[in-house]
Amino acid sequence: MTERLPVQKTYKLFIGGAFPRSESGRTYLALGANVACASRKDLRDAIRIARQAGGGWSGMTAYNRGQVLYRIAEMMEMRQAELAALCSGPDEVAAAIDRMVWYAGWSDKLAQVIGSANPVAGPYFNFTVPEPTGVTGILAPLPPLLGLVSRLAPVIVGGNTAVVIASESHPLVAIELAECLATADVPPGVVNILTGLRSELAPVLASHMDVAALDLTGADGDGAELERLGAENVKRIVRGRADSQSPYDIAAFLELKTVWHPIGM
Amino acid sequence: MTKDKRELARRQDKAPIATAWDYAPAPEARDIVKIQERYGLFIGGKFVEPASGERYTTIDPAREEPLAEVAQAGKADVDRAVRAARDAFANGWSALRPSERAKYLFRIARLLQERSREFAVLESINGGKPIRESRDVDVPLAAAHFFYYAGWADKLEYAFPNRKPRPVGVAGQIIPWNFPLLMLAWKIAPALAAGNTVVLKPAETTPLSALLFCDVLRQAELPPGVVNIVTGDGRAGAELVSHPDVNKIAFTGSTEVGKAIQKTLAGTGKRLTLELGGKAANIIFDDAPLDQAVEGIVNGIYFNQGHVCCAGSRLLVEESIYETVIAKLKRRMATLRVGDPLDKNTDVGAINSKQQLDKISALVQSGVDEGAEIYQPPCKLPERGYWFVPTVFTNVAQSYRIAQEEIFGPVLSVLTFRTPDEAIEKANNTPYGLSAGVWTEKGSRILAMAQRLRAGVVWANTYNRFDPAAPFGGYKESGFGREGGRHGLEPYVVLDDA
Repeated sequence: MTERLPVQKTYKLFIGGAFPRSESGRTYLALGANVACASRKDLRDAIRIARQAGGGWSGMTAYNRGQVLYRIAEMMEMRQAELAALCSGPDEVAAAIDRMVWYAGWSDKLAQVIGSANPVAGPYFNFTVPEPTGVTGILAPLPPLLGLVSRLAPVIVGGNTAVVIASESHPLVAIELAECLATADVPPGVVNILTGLRSELAPVLASHMDVAALDLTGADGDGAELERLGAENVKRIVRGRADSQSPYDIAAFLELKTVWHPIGM
Repeated sequence: MTKDKRELARRQDKAPIATAWDYAPAPEARDIVKIQERYGLFIGGKFVEPASGERYTTIDPAREEPLAEVAQAGKADVDRAVRAARDAFANGWSALRPSERAKYLFRIARLLQERSREFAVLESINGGKPIRESRDVDVPLAAAHFFYYAGWADKLEYAFPNRKPRPVGVAGQIIPWNFPLLMLAWKIAPALAAGNTVVLKPAETTPLSALLFCDVLRQAELPPGVVNIVTGDGRAGAELVSHPDVNKIAFTGSTEVGKAIQKTLAGTGKRLTLELGGKAANIIFDDAPLDQAVEGIVNGIYFNQGHVCCAGSRLLVEESIYETVIAKLKRRMATLRVGDPLDKNTDVGAINSKQQLDKISALVQSGVDEGAEIYQPPCKLPERGYWFVPTVFTNVAQSYRIAQEEIFGPVLSVLTFRTPDEAIEKANNTPYGLSAGVWTEKGSRILAMAQRLRAGVVWANTYNRFDPAAPFGGYKESGFGREGGRHGLEPYVVLDDA
């Protein structure tokens, strides 16, 4: 009996719930694999799709969104070995899974912790509720899995949709994660992950008028320029920590709406 | 509506349109206010001369008369103010017991209440707003704001679960001319409550209430340097924004300037909050209490001459009641009294500046040119001063400049809709997202609309209401960060792990 030849994986992009190649047909070499090298057009397509997905995702009940995030953790648990092989190892995977579970539980608590009922001087029931900001661009920081999950989970648990640019040097685990997302009932377009050259993609993401917020935790020397580009439509810009876990990270991607509802007979 | 009430409404609508009745003048006395001939910059607890010696004249826009010579702060002055603020921060204020900090703020609130009439008159003289508004809205709300945040000063740890809040440092704050004292309160009160020190730049055209506020600080015995006031035009603001030792910038003003500030601060790590422009939709459904709604429309756009970032400048009327609403609105507009800001009967005061009057005039002309139908009630305007007749445009397409751009004047654009979906679509069809209004008798519809409107503040069956306990701020290009409420503290604290 001859030894079996393994079937190798082709690493592609993750856009709108599907795994397309780059429309440009380009790839680049990372960690010994050919990885899709997304073009600017791929990125613009992903942003359009993320925007379309926003209404459905933010319109789901918080309970439901929480279950979807928990389901992501379940899928990650099943693929621990595959994920571990593509990042620093089992510890990073375990931390990333636990972080996803932690954020899953926040979905139906945010409004209570971040919102408020406001005692105004007048006959109004006045309340403030958090709402998603919109399409959020994320430059994933290292470590490649935990960094990505730490920045992605707080964005989507609040009802935003995400366009992620994976680490350029360590893109494989991001696509492995995409396979967890694709089988976790995450509605198509809620998370889109692109691999490719940061220097090409990041300025397009930062300046795109349909992107409402930017997580630049993974930005290198180009952070200031990206912030400048983001100001053109007053983007909410966050430079957090790659390993943080906090409801304040969720709040950074939420708007607050104050409603004055009349009281009267 | 009962038959009798319907009949009454029919008869009222048939009655000839009333115009503003002739009232005897009822001016508030000016002599309660002592305006000095010239003012310096308030730095380190005292008034100092600007290094350059440069000054400009601030005027009464209702009379086009000079009021005082005000200092134009330059780079050296702003630097001096920031150093005074840093010194006060490092040497006392941030380490002061929070309960003591609270008492300073309570004092300021009380002093504003005690001197409310003086502030109201001054605000109307320098800004052109009707005394009724300065007296009943601006000054009481400013005092309430200080009172509200005073109470937070020693309770900050309850506002941020699992975090240890500490002050950011020196806050640079830049405010607009539409609510000079109120915006000062919105900025200074939460900043001081959280233990920061402040350099505040009032708007170029309305510095006087901020300069009078310095006297309140003296009476309150606030330590020198905790609050510094630097007057001047945009150059002074730009110096403040780019000063390396300012830790946080809070800006209220135009979206254009807000974007420029965000760009300037890119990569510096300085904290920033922006409260920018708006083009709010005020949405009237066919079941709305119409007379109340018409009052709300008028209050939404003609309050403070429309110099309001959250003004209801786009009226969206359900098609079935369009004719009725427009007829009622025109009747009501004819009774608006435009004129002397100090007259207690005045509804619409003076436009704040010549520059703003020119901008409003140009945009109104664009509305006429693009094909909208203009209505302005018969209205006798004073001969001197800057005035603009309350204006409404009908037959407005969404693409017209008057439906897209912030006019910041007493100019309303009317659009119609047939379904709630269409109302939402039109309301959200703007890069702004500061506020919106909904008028309907149906509570469930209020909440459904509120949920779908992309705006930071939604008023239902009311408009232009403010309260220190209610967070205020924008979505989208109307800015980020909140002022008011617990949420208004967040821009002024650094949250360390507990």
